Amino acid sequence: MRAILCSAALVAALSPAFAEESKYQKMVSEDSPAELFQVGGEELWKKAQGPKHASLEKCDLGKGPGVLKGAYAALPRYFKDTDRVMDLETRLLYCMETLQGRSREEATKRVFGNANSPSEMEYLSAYIASKSRGVKMNPGHSHPKEKAAFELGRALFFHRAGAWDFSCASCHGEPNKRIRMSQLPVLDDPKAAAPLIATWPAYRVSNSQFKTMQWRINDCYRQMRMPEPTFASDATVAMNMFLATMAKGETYRGPGTKR
Amino acid sequence: MKKTLLTMALPAAALLSAAAWSDPSAEDVTRVLQRDFHAKGQATMDRVVQDGLQRVCTETRNNPPAGLAKTLEADQMKTIVYPQGSLMGDWKRAEKVAQSGRGSMWNDKPGAPAGGGCYNCHQLSPQEHSFGTVGPSLLGFGRKRGSGPEMQRYVYGKIYNAKAFNACSQMPRLGYAGTLNEQEIKDLTALLLDPASPVNQ
Repeated sequence: MRAILCSAALVAALSPAFAEESKYQKMVSEDSPAELFQVGGEELWKKAQGPKHASLEKCDLGKGPGVLKGAYAALPRYFKDTDRVMDLETRLLYCMETLQGRSREEATKRVFGNANSPSEMEYLSAYIASKSRGVKMNPGHSHPKEKAAFELGRALFFHRAGAWDFSCASCHGEPNKRIRMSQLPVLDDPKAAAPLIATWPAYRVSNSQFKTMQWRINDCYRQMRMPEPTFASDATVAMNMFLATMAKGETYRGPGTKR
Repeated sequence: MKKTLLTMALPAAALLSAAAWSDPSAEDVTRVLQRDFHAKGQATMDRVVQDGLQRVCTETRNNPPAGLAKTLEADQMKTIVYPQGSLMGDWKRAEKVAQSGRGSMWNDKPGAPAGGGCYNCHQLSPQEHSFGTVGPSLLGFGRKRGSGPEMQRYVYGKIYNAKAFNACSQMPRLGYAGTLNEQEIKDLTALLLDPASPVNQ
């Protein structure tokens, strides 16, 4: 313990900005507003909706119909019924279409909410992810399509394009870098990436909103000056697969709180 | 020119290590982007198509062979349009452009003034404590290097097209991409070089 305190003090002395940020992160990780979203998500999970007037309670997130324990920690993964790799939101969308009979258009109308009006996906993600707390992250890695998704995600991570020539690695490729005061995690380094990935999805204090991984990827591409990734597309699932794999073996501790 | 650059990318691909053989190629990824992304606001789909430079930097993980890097840099140098007369604008106007990180995103109003996003990655004026570290600190830039015509030409060119000086630099090609106009780049040049600029105090 003393060694930890000493090294923490050393880090603080060397990098005041980093220490400030860490203190802030610790502060906001307690009594997370994410809990409110978990409660809302449970209600939505059990609520009958759509033309079929059905709830999502029979949705199979990979552990069997309705099994939530550890489901998020094992995503993305390959699903035989759709013959594709899916992440949490992609699978939820599939369940909304098949179990509830809702159209893709209607179900994706508001996939990202705002502070006044969160989206259904955000509530559901908070609830489902909370059921993986304490479970080691273990996304699919054996099916050829799972391997292909990981490889595509990694290639996307380093792919430079757009008006400003950015790739994900432009900001998340080197250690100890900041954008303004924000520390940038190196996301292709499991040591740096795992602690962060294992706390998404998360409540973001700066937006007063609960944010999903699909949103996180979407908002990075916005800032990269790229066109918009289509919600639940293979490219977004591949990116999620790459990131989740960086956190493989890390105990899931989300849904967290971010600055 | 585009075609020449694309052809040149081929030997670069061949240099990739055998360990990466199963990785999707840059063309594979482009096809995925064309399928899975859509235009939004001013972020149109032509942006997912890589130019030769982006492709080489992707395929070599930003480390092209020296000869190829030199050729790319020479090509990028040709894109820089130097204005007639002085390259030094007004550093007082530049601070706003350096502060703003807006522009070219799908939620930015097309035609609205864009920023250079300078503070996102660089330290400039000592008064601004919220600066990024992706790029080097530019504090005291002109004081340390002088502000003669050669230095002015370098700074203007570097802001206009950073890739002319370092092929796979992470810095956007702010003039070439159309993000900043001539006057804005001149103003930023003055922010870095003018002895009266806060950067040099």
